[in-house]
This record gives sequence, C-alpha cells and structure tokens, in this order.
Amino acid sequence: MTTLPQTTQKKLGLAIDLDICVGCHACVINCKEWNTSNYGAPLSDQDAYGANPVGTFLNRIHTFEVKAENKPAQTVHFPKSCLHCEDAPCVTVCPTGASYKRVEDGIVLVNESDCIGCGLCAWACPYGARELDAKEGVMKKCTLCVDRIYNENLPEEDREPACVRTCPANARHFGDFADPDSNVSVMSRERGAVPLFEDQGTKPVNRYLPPRPKADIQTDGDINILAPFLDTTPSPQKGLLGWLDKALEAI
Amino acid sequence: MNKHVQPDLDTSPKVSDEIRKTTCYMCACRCGINVHIQDEKVKYIEGNRDHPINKGVLCAKGSAGIMQHYSPARLKAPMKRVGPRGSGEFEEISWDEAFQIASDWLTPLRETAPEKLAFFTGRDQSQSLTSMWAQNFGTPNYAAHGGFCSVNMAAAGIYTMGGAFWEFGQPDWERAEMFMIFGVAEDHDSNPIKMGLSRLKERGAKVVGVNPVRSGYNAIADEWVGITPGTDGLFILSMIRELLAAGKVDLDYLIRYTNAPYLVNVTEGSAENGLFLRDKNGEPLVLDRVSGKAVAWNKKGVKPNLQGEHTVKGVKYRPSFQLMAEKYLVDDYLPENVAERTGVSADTIRRLSAELAHAAFEKEITIDQPWTDFRGEKHDKMIGRPVAFHAMRGISAHSNGFQTCRALHLLQILLGSVEVPGGYRFKPPYPKPVTIHPKPHSVVTPGKPLNGPHLGFPQGPEDLAIDKDGNAIRIDKAFTWENPMSAHGMMHMVISNAHAGIPYKIDTLFMYMANMSWNSSMNTRGVMDMLTDKDESGDYVIPRIIYSDAYSSEMVAFSDLILPDTTYLERHDCISLLDRPISEAEAMCDSIRWPVVEPDRDVRGFQSALIQLGGKMKLPGFTNDDGTPKYEDYADYIVNHQRRPGVGPLAGWRNEDGSGKGRGEPNPKQIDKYIENGGFFMEHIPDEALFYKPWNQAYQDWAVERGIFDAPAPYMFNIYVEQIQKFNLAAQGHGDIQPPDYLREQLKTAMDPLPIWWQPYEEELVNGAEYPLHALTQRPAAMYHSWGSQNAWLRQIHGHNPLFVSGDVWKQHGFAEGDWAYLKSHHGEIKVPVVLMEALNAKTVWTWNAIGKRKGAWALDEDAPETTKGFLLNHLIHELLPPKGDGMRWSNSDPITGQAAWYDLRVNIRRADAPADLQSQPSPAPQTSPVGQGPKDIAYGEEF
Repeated sequence: MTTLPQTTQKKLGLAIDLDICVGCHACVINCKEWNTSNYGAPLSDQDAYGANPVGTFLNRIHTFEVKAENKPAQTVHFPKSCLHCEDAPCVTVCPTGASYKRVEDGIVLVNESDCIGCGLCAWACPYGARELDAKEGVMKKCTLCVDRIYNENLPEEDREPACVRTCPANARHFGDFADPDSNVSVMSRERGAVPLFEDQGTKPVNRYLPPRPKADIQTDGDINILAPFLDTTPSPQKGLLGWLDKALEAI
Repeated sequence: MNKHVQPDLDTSPKVSDEIRKTTCYMCACRCGINVHIQDEKVKYIEGNRDHPINKGVLCAKGSAGIMQHYSPARLKAPMKRVGPRGSGEFEEISWDEAFQIASDWLTPLRETAPEKLAFFTGRDQSQSLTSMWAQNFGTPNYAAHGGFCSVNMAAAGIYTMGGAFWEFGQPDWERAEMFMIFGVAEDHDSNPIKMGLSRLKERGAKVVGVNPVRSGYNAIADEWVGITPGTDGLFILSMIRELLAAGKVDLDYLIRYTNAPYLVNVTEGSAENGLFLRDKNGEPLVLDRVSGKAVAWNKKGVKPNLQGEHTVKGVKYRPSFQLMAEKYLVDDYLPENVAERTGVSADTIRRLSAELAHAAFEKEITIDQPWTDFRGEKHDKMIGRPVAFHAMRGISAHSNGFQTCRALHLLQILLGSVEVPGGYRFKPPYPKPVTIHPKPHSVVTPGKPLNGPHLGFPQGPEDLAIDKDGNAIRIDKAFTWENPMSAHGMMHMVISNAHAGIPYKIDTLFMYMANMSWNSSMNTRGVMDMLTDKDESGDYVIPRIIYSDAYSSEMVAFSDLILPDTTYLERHDCISLLDRPISEAEAMCDSIRWPVVEPDRDVRGFQSALIQLGGKMKLPGFTNDDGTPKYEDYADYIVNHQRRPGVGPLAGWRNEDGSGKGRGEPNPKQIDKYIENGGFFMEHIPDEALFYKPWNQAYQDWAVERGIFDAPAPYMFNIYVEQIQKFNLAAQGHGDIQPPDYLREQLKTAMDPLPIWWQPYEEELVNGAEYPLHALTQRPAAMYHSWGSQNAWLRQIHGHNPLFVSGDVWKQHGFAEGDWAYLKSHHGEIKVPVVLMEALNAKTVWTWNAIGKRKGAWALDEDAPETTKGFLLNHLIHELLPPKGDGMRWSNSDPITGQAAWYDLRVNIRRADAPADLQSQPSPAPQTSPVGQGPKDIAYGEEF
C-alpha cells in the first residue's frame, strides 16, 4: 500500500473534446511513438506481424454507437488514457511504492525500477488505463509526457503532451485544473465538462467535453424553421421564373 | 504502508541528435514532418508547425512512419522471377542486371511498336516525370490511377469551373457558416479536413455530412444525411430545384462569372443544336436586356438577360440559364418525388435548401478589399457567400458520378459560393480554364516520342484517341466513344484488355505502386488468372511484367522483374506545381522529400531508377546530345529539368542567387535552400488577389509573374458545358467523326451539357429484389492510402475488417454477435464476419477496404487476421456489367469518364455459421514471401 500526497500544487490533466474527436487515432500512435523511445521501458508489441498482435499503448480510442428511439444513431469516438485521479486507487493499492502521485503537478507515475509487475494497480483502476508491458514486465501508463512538458531541450511551444501536440482536430487540451482561469478550467466550465465515472470516487482530473446537441432530423415537419424563407409555392400567373425579371432589374 | 516517495526524475532528457524536416508520404496528404534522428536512426516523427498543410499536427499514419520505414515487408534488392507467376519465387539480382533486362525488353519495342509497352503508375505523385518518360518512349499507353480513383470528380470540376475539390481547392474554413461534405469517409484529404472541421465547429458553423455511413467526419457532423448510395445527384438536383423555384440564386454572380447568359441553339435537328451562338470572332453572344439584341458576352456595358428568345435566320436561341431552369423546375425533382429513392425526406431536402440559401444570402460577408476584374471594372469590396462544400469518392465512384459531381458544382455556382469569401477557394496552379489544359495525344511513331502529353481534356470528338476506323488507340480504351472524357486514363481496364488482346496485344506491362492483383482491381480472382494465363505455346498471355514497389505486396508475386523502391524517408521527391502541389488558397506552395536517412539495402527511388533506365535506353529528354545520360538521378532532374524556359519542377529559390519565385534559371543549391526552409516553399498571394481568382486581374497578373501560366487566362464558369454537347451532337448523327451505332443511345443520354441523374447501371441491370442491398467500402482514417498492413502499430487498430450491417438487415436476417454471412453479387460470393452498425443507411452494408491480405504477402504470418477474417469486397465487383441481353458486355464505369463504378455494387446477404477456422472465403493460395516473415516481438526504442 502506498500513500497519496495530501494535496498537489497543480492538477495537470487533459480536457478531451468529444464533439470534435473523429476517432482518427493520431493521438494513440503519436503517444506510442514518443513513449516507446522515452520515459522508461519501450512499449513493446508481441506477435507484431502474426495472428494476434498485442502491444502496449498508453492511450486508446473506443468507438461506440448511441441510438435513441426514433432518432438516427450516432457514432461516438472516445479516447481514453490515465485520468490522473486525485484519489488514485492505483497508487494506494501499490505494494512497493512504485506507483506514486507527484506533489508538484499531480501526475500519476510508475517508478519502473520499483515495479514488480504484480498488476494490482491495473485491477484497481476503474478506467482500465494501465497496461502491463509483456516484455519488460512493468506497468506502463500515461505520464502526461512528463519528459516533454518541462523539457528544456524542446521549444517552449512543444512542451505539451505528444497527443495534444499532434491532434489534427484540436480535440485535446492540456492544462492545470487547479487554476480556475486556465484554458482547460475555462473550457470545462463553458462546455459543461464531465468527469468520467464520478461515482467511483477517484476524483479524476481529466475532463471530457460532451458532444454538442446534433440537429439530426430525418422526419422533421415541425422543425422546418426556415420554411417561410424558402417559399416555393408555384405562382402560375408569373410563369416558371416569375421572380427573375424583377430580380434582374435590381442588379 | 509505503510512504509517498518521489524518485528523482530527469524532466529534460535529450530529445534527439537533430531534426531533419521533410514531407510525409504515409498517405497522399503530404504534411510537413520533423524527423528526429538519433544515432542515424529515426527516433520520433512529429508535424512541422511551420508547414502550410498540417501546421504541426500529424495523423496516426504519419506517426507510424517509423514502423513503415523499418517494416520487415521491405524489398531488399532488384529481383527476377524464378518460379511461376504468382508464386512469389524470386532471385535477387544487381541493378545493372535489372536495367539490362528492362532495356533488352523495351528498346526493341520502342523501335518497332512502342504501344506494346503499357506504363501505368499507381498512387505516385510524380506524374509530371513519369508522363514525360512515357511520351519520350513513344507509347500512347500511359496513365496513373485516377481512372479507378476519382476522375469523375476531377473532370467534372475542371470542365465546370476550372478546378475541383481537394488538391484543386479548399473550403474557406475561417469564414464558412454552413458546410456540406458529401461521400468523404476519413480520407481525401486527411489532416486539413480535420483541422478545418475543428475550426468550423469552434466558430459555430453548421456541418452537414452526406454519407450512407456515419463514421469519421460524419460522426461529428451536426447533421447526418444517411443517403442511399448512388442517389446524391438526385438529392442535389432537388435542392437546386427548390432554390431556383424560390429565386434563391446569385444572379449577379451568374451573369458576371458564368456562361448562364450565353445563347444556346434550341432548334431541334440543327447541326449546331445545343451549341452557343457566336460572333465572327468566336465569342459567345448574350441577349442584352437594354437593346434586346444579341451581343458579345464581353461587350462593355452589356446587361445580359437570363431568359428570353432570340432568332437568327429561323434558328432559335435561349440563354443557358433558362434551359437549366426549365430542366430542373419539373416535378421529377420535387423533394416528395426523390425522397423514397434517396432515403432523404422531402422536409429535410427543403430545410437544407433553405439553410443553404439562408447562409449564402442572409449571412453575406463583406471584406473591405478593393479589386479589379478582368473587364477592368473596379470593385470596392469583396462579397462572400459563406456556404462551402467538399466531396470525394462517395459521389464520384458511380456510373453516374461525373454528372453528380457536375450537379454539386452547379449548386455551388448557383449560390455564388465559388472563389468568394466563405465559399470554396482554389489553390494555385488552379483555377485554370479547361481550354488551356492539354488535349489527349496518341499519335505513335516507332522510334520517336509521342506527339504530345497522353492525358488531357477533349474539347470535342476530334480529340478522341481513335483511329480512322474508330478503333481505340490506347490499351485502356480511354478517350473512345465508350468514355470520351476519360481524362485520367483507365488503369483498371489495362490488364483485362491486355489479356483479351482488345484492342491489341501488348508485350510489357510496367507498373509502379499499384496493387492490381489485389485491392486495386475489380474481380481480383479474375485478374490473378489473367496475369498467370498462358497461350497455346505455353507463354504468358501478358508476356512481361515489370513492377516497382517498396514492399512485398500481392502484386510483386505476379511480376517478372522487380525494381525495389525506397521508403519516403530515403528519397528525393518534389511535390511540384507541375503536378499535384501542396498549395493553399492563399499561397502557392511546393515541397520536397530528401534522404533524411540513407537506405541500408540495395534499393533506389523509383523516379531515379526510371531516369537511369531512360538514360541507358538513350530516350530523348533523358539523354545529352553526346549520348550520355542527362540526369544522374531524380534530385538532378528536380533541380535542372525545365518544362518551359525558366519553369521547372520546383518554384522556390530559382536563379543562382535564389531570387526566383516560380520563374528563374536552375539553381544548383535549390534543394539545400528547401532543406534550410523546412522542406517547402511558400509564396503568399497578394491581398487584392485572394478571391475571385478566375476573374481577378491582380491574380491573373500574379500567376503569370510566378510562372503558373504564360498569359492571363480569365474565364467563365460553365454551368452549361458545350464540349459535352459536341459529343451528343455526334451521337445524333452530326459531324464526320461518328460513334458506333450501339453507343448512340447511351451517348445521347449521358452526354448532357446540363447535369442529370440516372440510375446506376448495375442497379438498372440486376434484379432489385434479388440484390436488394448496396455494398460499399471506405478506408479508415488510420490506414487511408498508407499501404499500412505491415505496420506493426497500425495493424493493431485495423487488423481485420468485418462487414457492417444495418439494424434493419440485422433483424431481418436474425443475425447474432459472432455470426458470419454469405454476401452475393451478380459476379460472385464471399463469406465474411458481420457486425451490427446502426449509424448506417438501412439498405447498405460496408467494410474497410484493403485490410484483407493474401497469405504470404506483406511479411505477415499466414494466419494473420488480415489473411483469415480479413476480406476484399473486390471479389464481388466485375469490370463488366451483367449481360444486358444484347450480346455485348458493357464496362462497369461512368460512360463519360470511364471511372470505375466501385460503389454501384448490389448484393444480397444470408446468415452463415462462423466457420471453425474463422477463414473468410475466397482464400487464394499463399504466395511465397520474397522477404521472409516479420519478427515475433518488437520493442522499438530500446536502443535509445
């Protein structure tokens, strides 16, 4: 068992916009690409060209459908990685102290040299956000690119997680949720962001910005708000293009 | 309890030794990338923030470039076939031997019968070079992959408005208030659309996705129109009807910038019926509202009418606008009358029409930017109609695709929303009138170059590639009466025509980057048989096949000589303004690739190999006067080739001092300059030239200055395409060049100078009750154009492809999770796994394309899911339509352009138990892998 810090100075995390995520997997692969060569052991792939390729990823996208009665179905793309919970059960369950939450920014990390690969933390995480690397036998998880966000070898504008920097749809935002005026706090307020599985009591830091309401109307007689604007009632006395002469005069 | 302990952490580790900036080629998007190099290996690839295309972002494919580069499927050296065709048995040889073999095969052909070489390139982006090579060889048989991709889109756009979607232009993402996207899965193009959609949604603009399948971009659309495949044209024409009836069209725009007022001969039976009335200078005439007389369209002070009649010597003429209005203001296009067929309710069609009109006319944009049009008239501001559209293969890969794409462009033009703020904007070198594009050339002289460029835009029957007896000159039968405007050629017909010996037999088939024995062909099984078929004397019917690819694709096994290509990180390339550049609406841009890592094997960039082969064969254009090769390799060609004096493959840093932009002498340091600048060149268009480009004098002058063309070329948009009518007149019996009788009726219907809709041909011929469903494919965002199945990371995302089935079909057939199904077309049957998808047009099934692989290809294990559960829909699609009963077989393609009608496919479905071996059917026998199998486990990055 491992203790969490009483408080953290910052609460760094991601705000993920489900309204604009097209499910392209850019974040998934750029995360893999950065992290396999950086913090800790590589993210290995087993049976990479075989029947059952399975590798370690720190971020994955789940796609599912939402279908309300008498409405067209919707497709939702849902990216998921560690939510850097304030009450992270993956830390408290760790028997060696390898899992820990950083005091300065709240990032949950695994100290791989102390990790025995027991997998308890993955069981404890209600989000399935940790993956045991089959080759190295250590637990891997999102580090919020702790080796990028403070990295003085990177230009300042690049000091953000790889997934945020690469997202073509600008659906991922990085910032400090402890600061009410930060980019992520402001957009979370404005868009009514939701924490994932709040009832689990883990106080996740990451937030999801919900899809905006869709204007899906396939049988929409009553919502024809612009009907008066497009009055195409035939007016036989004026001929086929009754409006044309008058309109030409106006030019 | 362990106390909270934080280890020391180095938060500023070294990132890499250096960054080398080049251009991605994981798909056709061509983003700028920063390749981080450590110990001369690729450590990390990220988007280049300065790059005009991607502005720093990068998709899944781009980020997986490492796995593509270090793929075990990479070919290692030139090879010659030693086993039977299709077996995959090869022997590695040297480049000298490979060139000798190729030269021994090709040189005699050039001297005697150059047409016996058919040279077709796939998804490459060096057509400016490859077409020049083929021209100098002298064969008429050259094209790239446009015929089986999206020529309907390109040709309809060029004929209508001098440019089409994607590489020709882009929506005004920053100003559009309403955006409709038709038939775009998650591709064409990739990052710019994602970035653009994000900007639209951030600004609160409305996004409408029109697609039978709600994935990708359609998933985030504010409104999804789950249209029935093949009916987009009808849906669009119905909206056009509504807008015309309501008078919600931009008359000022139509009069100033289109041929809407041109007078058209409407006298039935006249040899000039349907053509414009012209003065003695050849200028089309319009009806002046003030004088009531017919005067030249460009006469100063003319006020053209859009309706009325004019008679000259008993022949009657009316404005093309009036013909258009009469055509669409009929009950056939009433929303109520198209609702059932399109699957879009009449209310939705009306409301969307109203929303388009509302955005275009009530949300008009004004930019305070004076400009002068080509007539010399000064305007103090730029008026915008903030409605933008984008479309791709979903609407074009049908047998009615050309006219459907035309219909969409007509809608854009009626709304006055092309080349205006908020609308659709062209990217240099477009806009460009159809009349200044090349025409097709096909005159063969043994031992000499062809008489001009192969591909182009016919202006009438006189431009067809047929001999005096009407026979096809080209092996693919492009530019014949079967498909007169096949502007991109018809690569998908080459193998079947060559096998049949119709119009003639060939000797050597030479291909690049085109997986024709697998996912790039219809009737895959049949094509494999054609490639391996032998004649009575035991020789292959297609005697010789040369193929270049970087990977062990399915097509490799069917080739006799393999020229192994490099990866995109090891090569020189130019993404040229002479070809398919990377320009933006506000800048002309081009870019390069350069070897950011050196090859670790005996491979060469295909373009370098082609240039070297040309030098060895002493082809004109590739040989100096003294007989020595003109260019050492592609880099040498990129810098020193001049297409016209002062204009070459790259526009930036021309002249020795680097001062030339667009024009200038070759600069030996040009590639270094590109590398210093991050791999690309960008030159902004002046503010007064940013919109109205076809008619904007400042733009025209700037384009000439920058070498885009040599004289200003302003032009009118063609709501009415007179060139199409010329083919129709021939079909009616007018003129010297006549189609065969059996094609007359098809031509009279299809060659309509105004957009129309007809039922897709396959649908018309099969029994709708027997084949009630449409079947489609799409490419996934993480795989599109990426040759990615050997990519260890990407294949974990899309390792196999189920058949997605709508809720209605699922219930009707009693499907349950884990079930399989037989899917049957008029041509064949496949057995595949099924998955339920509700967000799908009820009459449609679909799958991801090109995930299924042949066993033995791509260095995958033979039990890889791509080869077991994975499958191709191609087995169900035939290059010919089902028999009509007239004794002939008709091509499964658009009758105007010849584009392969992939999405016309009709099928039926029935439930099947999951097979014990989970093997989809058919399952062609394994091919031997010339590169072995990939390693079991990998852990990339261990070495860093």
